[in-house]
Amino acid sequence: MKHPAIDPETNQESIVELNDVWVAYDGIWVLKSIYFNCYAGEIFGIVGPNGGGKTTLLNVILGLVHPQKGSVRLFGNKPDKNSRLEIGYLPQISHADRSFPVTVLDVVLMGLYNRIGLFRKPDRHSKDIAMELLSHVNMDGHAKRPFAVLSGGQQQRVNIARAMASKPKLLILDEPSTGIDSVAQEDFYELLAKFRNDQGISVIMVSHDIGVITSHANRVACLNVQLHYHDEPDSCFSTEIAKKVFGEDLRVIVHDSKCATCFRSHQDHD
Amino acid sequence: MSTIRNAQPVFAAIKTMIDMFSFEFMRNAFLAGMMLGFVLAVVSFFVVLRRMSFIGVGVAHSAFGGVALGALLGISPTWTAIGFAVVVSNAIGYIGKEERISTDTAIGIFFPLAMALGVIFIGMSDHYNVDLFGYLFGNILAITRQDLIVIAVLGGLVLLSTKIFFKELLFVAYDREVAFVSGMPVTFLDHFLLTILALSVVISMKIIGIILVSALLVIPGAAASQVTRRYDSMIALSILIALVSTAGGLVISYFANLPSGATIVALASIIFFIAFGVGQVRK
Repeated sequence: MKHPAIDPETNQESIVELNDVWVAYDGIWVLKSIYFNCYAGEIFGIVGPNGGGKTTLLNVILGLVHPQKGSVRLFGNKPDKNSRLEIGYLPQISHADRSFPVTVLDVVLMGLYNRIGLFRKPDRHSKDIAMELLSHVNMDGHAKRPFAVLSGGQQQRVNIARAMASKPKLLILDEPSTGIDSVAQEDFYELLAKFRNDQGISVIMVSHDIGVITSHANRVACLNVQLHYHDEPDSCFSTEIAKKVFGEDLRVIVHDSKCATCFRSHQDHD
Repeated sequence: MSTIRNAQPVFAAIKTMIDMFSFEFMRNAFLAGMMLGFVLAVVSFFVVLRRMSFIGVGVAHSAFGGVALGALLGISPTWTAIGFAVVVSNAIGYIGKEERISTDTAIGIFFPLAMALGVIFIGMSDHYNVDLFGYLFGNILAITRQDLIVIAVLGGLVLLSTKIFFKELLFVAYDREVAFVSGMPVTFLDHFLLTILALSVVISMKIIGIILVSALLVIPGAAASQVTRRYDSMIALSILIALVSTAGGLVISYFANLPSGATIVALASIIFFIAFGVGQVRK
């Protein structure tokens, strides 16, 4: 197969490509035969139950987990340190880290450490860049505050500023809505859409929250050990239902009750 | 006249302090204590942030195996202890990464193994001329000029290398996975931290003791973290707490004729509880 793959509809290049990827932990398959393409400029949402392999899939893309079988391509090449630098990663907000003694500015500066290089401290110039990144997410007024005292929504905005520091082509978000109230969520996804529109950044996000994914993603797949594309007939939705459901709320209901493959494999899994 | 009479206890105290420093062992102990306080405080900053307290305990105890090996072979226990502690520390880090073994389990295996080897080595030697009790609990009289040089060189190395990798170490402590994706050499930094942990334990064992040193790998950072939310002030406070603990502990142990290592740890613990109280009140 030629690399990178091209989306036949939009003519966009594939930036992440997984071919027949298998991952096992302790002899149990958590990902089976994953075929996945994310094309430039799209927001790709992956839903699935907890324990369905969502975070593992992200870890494969990020190079944190090596698949037992199958191939991964980032931006058309084998993943390496340089291709990973084109990725901005937002992990789940973890409450364990909330007491870590850093300021908002410190957190964003971390995103610039690789550019600053070894043996050197962040200088004035780096701080100016970090302040500019903070202003993009409307958090520049909080630069000197301890990160720990921010709300979940504010922390998420700071994290996205840090992820943007390396000027990524792809943002990867793990459960971006966790710990954020609905108003802050709306702001957050607006920001995401802005980055996509202004800078052509692609986004891959995973969540167990179907509502969030379906209302903010261009393309949706559901993952429970195997990956099922919602835009493919007979996979998750029946074609008949899929035609009816382009309204966001309806999709949620359909996913819950009629997403036969998800539902069945979830039962198998338990 | 009366002012002079009132000041007499102060003069007396100053005189006793001067007397104290007229002993070479006390000067050596003080100098060693100050240098170690500095080194342990900086290392404890990372130990606390990365939740490595139990690794510190395990690595410290593993040095005992090295001390006993040195005694058996008739060579300086410092070097064999460095070998033991560095190997065990990195082995805990390496094996603890395996899926089926948690770091906690790895420590639980290596800590008693190194101690067991120590006991076997002692059993194998028909006589031992090394003060093992001193190594376990610290001995204020034991610090020689040569020890001071070892502490200065290795302690300086630990501090200098930590300064070089400081921002990278901070990033990995804050968020390992994001640090990896951002191009930080995560595995190297893990083993670097384990190695400086081992070195700082070994240079501390003569004065503070193998069993007690793990307290100073935790308490300065833990106490500082109770009262500040900035890493730069946390390090500064951690150093201050370690220096006050070691200096104060040595002075108290001299006047009250108490064991030095234990007194230092007891004082550090009191400071921790005060900091904890202050932190709770400010919450």
